[in-house]
Amino acid sequence: MKYIDEYRDTDLGKGLIKRIADLSKRPVKLMEFCGGHTVSILKHGIRQLLPPGIEMLSGPGCPVCVTPVADIDKAVALAREPETVIATFGDMIRVPGSNSTLQKAKAEGSDVRVVYSTQDALEIARLNPLKKIIFIGVGFETTAPTVAASVVQASKEGLTNYYILSLHKLCPPVMKALLLSHEIRLDGIICPGHVCAITGARPFEFIGREYDIAAAISGFEPLDILLSVEMLIKQIENGRHALENAYTRVVRDEGNIQAIRIMYEVFETSASCWRGIGMVSESGLRLRDRYSAFDAEKAFEIKQAEARETPGCICGDILRGVKKPHDCRLFRDVCDPQHPVGPCMVSAEGTCSAYYLYGGEDER
Amino acid sequence: MCLAIPALVKSVDGAKAQVEVGGAVRSVSLMLTPEVKAGDYVLLHTGYAISVIDKDEALKTLAMLQELADIESGQV
Amino acid sequence: MEEKMSDKVLLAHGSGGRLSHDLMERHIMPYLKNPILNKLDDSAVLELKGRIAFTTDSYVIKPVFFPGGDIGRLAVCGTINDLATSGASAKYLSLGLIIEEGFPITDLERIIASVSSTAKEAGVLVVTGDTKVVDHGSCDGIFINTSGIGVIPEGVNISGSRASEGDRIIITGTIGDHGIAVMAQREGLKFSVPVESDRAPLNGMVSEILKVSPDIHCLRDPTRGGLAGTLNELAAQSDVGIMIEEGSIPVKDAVRGMCEILGFDPMYIANEGKMVVIAAPEDAAGIVAALHGNRHGRDAAVIGEVGSRHKGRVVLKTGLGASRIVDMLTGDLLPRIC
Repeated sequence: MKYIDEYRDTDLGKGLIKRIADLSKRPVKLMEFCGGHTVSILKHGIRQLLPPGIEMLSGPGCPVCVTPVADIDKAVALAREPETVIATFGDMIRVPGSNSTLQKAKAEGSDVRVVYSTQDALEIARLNPLKKIIFIGVGFETTAPTVAASVVQASKEGLTNYYILSLHKLCPPVMKALLLSHEIRLDGIICPGHVCAITGARPFEFIGREYDIAAAISGFEPLDILLSVEMLIKQIENGRHALENAYTRVVRDEGNIQAIRIMYEVFETSASCWRGIGMVSESGLRLRDRYSAFDAEKAFEIKQAEARETPGCICGDILRGVKKPHDCRLFRDVCDPQHPVGPCMVSAEGTCSAYYLYGGEDER
Repeated sequence: MCLAIPALVKSVDGAKAQVEVGGAVRSVSLMLTPEVKAGDYVLLHTGYAISVIDKDEALKTLAMLQELADIESGQV
Repeated sequence: MEEKMSDKVLLAHGSGGRLSHDLMERHIMPYLKNPILNKLDDSAVLELKGRIAFTTDSYVIKPVFFPGGDIGRLAVCGTINDLATSGASAKYLSLGLIIEEGFPITDLERIIASVSSTAKEAGVLVVTGDTKVVDHGSCDGIFINTSGIGVIPEGVNISGSRASEGDRIIITGTIGDHGIAVMAQREGLKFSVPVESDRAPLNGMVSEILKVSPDIHCLRDPTRGGLAGTLNELAAQSDVGIMIEEGSIPVKDAVRGMCEILGFDPMYIANEGKMVVIAAPEDAAGIVAALHGNRHGRDAAVIGEVGSRHKGRVVLKTGLGASRIVDMLTGDLLPRIC
């Protein structure tokens, strides 16, 4: 497959790994911010092949993992409303709320449907005019424009039964909050290539400028990740800390202007709660007043009990890179992909899930 | 956030396009990338084309990778 | 007095009287007739010599008609392939039908025709059967049970516990076809893929490889849970470690494409017309050659070997040379955005 296979070439990969090993002189801590990078790194065994001096930490870039329990509870409550259809990406369906999941709600009779695209959710709305279709909007800047586009389309078509529960979050503010907390000392950050496809490189320049940390925007194939690691190590060894773009075939400095425009046509920024981190200002998206007719939070009165997390679950620490999965006493003991306790295990790109499913023989 | 795949645009019809990945074909929305034309490669995410793949940059990256890997075989 | 011909199955069709007889004569027997069944005795009398393999399975899927097949074809293939995994060549099948009152007779005929053509394709006879009709609501359209009998050739001794160190692991063709073909049609996904379900009777293919190498150790079809599920089962049953090479696993481009788009791993997707073969290293080449000569085995390949390290586990060697554990599937395969 074009633009995929070339970036999986194993000979080039082995060559790059050797080069990284030769460049790397001192121990460094690199964070891969995005869950998709965590999965790719583990799936291709990159962690094992990098020299031992390079420590890889996983960050909070998993939109499902950072969704607070209270928001899952909201989605489940909406599923229980009469005459509703919940349309959701597959990632969300098994995430545990305080005492239920969307999947459980479905088993109890709610109409919950997994869709691939908001386009499919719109189609459900057109075909079911007497029902209220609520799309669970989760995802970062990569996904938010696609949800915004669906709202614009719904508005143009005059659909009155399409709603969004916006749980969208933005990356640069949470990255800033993480770095401000100084909880972990990082030498380099692998930046999320598909978020940057939308936002462009500029919103991530602060990493080098304000925090003296090297940064590289990376794609998701093994060679992309290895290239960004090479760039980071080279910078670190030379005492540089700038933002480099290792994914130029997709990421431009200015990003996708049309997508940004549509996103901010429909959404505005708001304070948002990140699981394990807390409230971060300007880090979430909510629908603007002019689109309030599509806002599930305004259209439905969502009755909620106090949200509660499971004691012993340290997903929060894992999301901030402070702890690793095997530091959690529940990991592999009571918490596994079949019986997930927290979101890090449920989400396909959650750190714990990735370590459990793809960990090398020594990582399990 | 992350799962996006390069896809070949086979045909464009207004704000929609038929794209193909390895033989799997689907209709996608071009609302976020209205400049797309048939023959382009786009990044496909949840049924939308979110970016056009720059063929020249792709070649440059491959050349860079080749050079970095070759440096290694030279040093052996 | 002529009774009005019903276009739907009625309770009376199952009661053993004239209508039952009619149902058999008009709508079932024309498709299945053979010397043994034609006797219409209560028991089929068969002569078999040797070790007999005997299996049964019930099929309750919904919808009964789907891309690439129907419940009838499934019921025949499933039971034939179960027999094949013990090395037995299926010879005879029973066909038990439980039909919901109101089920359209044309649909019933379509299903029986499918049973017939699949059985012919596999060289198997349906020699006995039963038909019951239940109240509307008591079953979903139609339920089918098939039991199958086959003979295991001399020298054949297949078991999930026989994998041993040094054995080679062979897959008889591309993985993920069935699951992807079915998924592409699902509401909400709307993909078009040039891939059909690979559901097929594999008894012929298995006979051919047993002729070449009677002493195959393990044989299993990687259905639900995919290749990863089956390899994990075999590793556990035989108490061995299994090591496979990522680059050697055959996958169709369109299946890879769909998997990339939806975020799936082909190793976890269901297959319907494939087998995993585990055999001694000296037999591997001959088995693969025999498979290549059969229409269901053209893409067969050696994908790994059995070892004594990490017993009970399956380890994958990635293209870059790292290794990682391949676990069994947990939960459902769902399209994801992350």
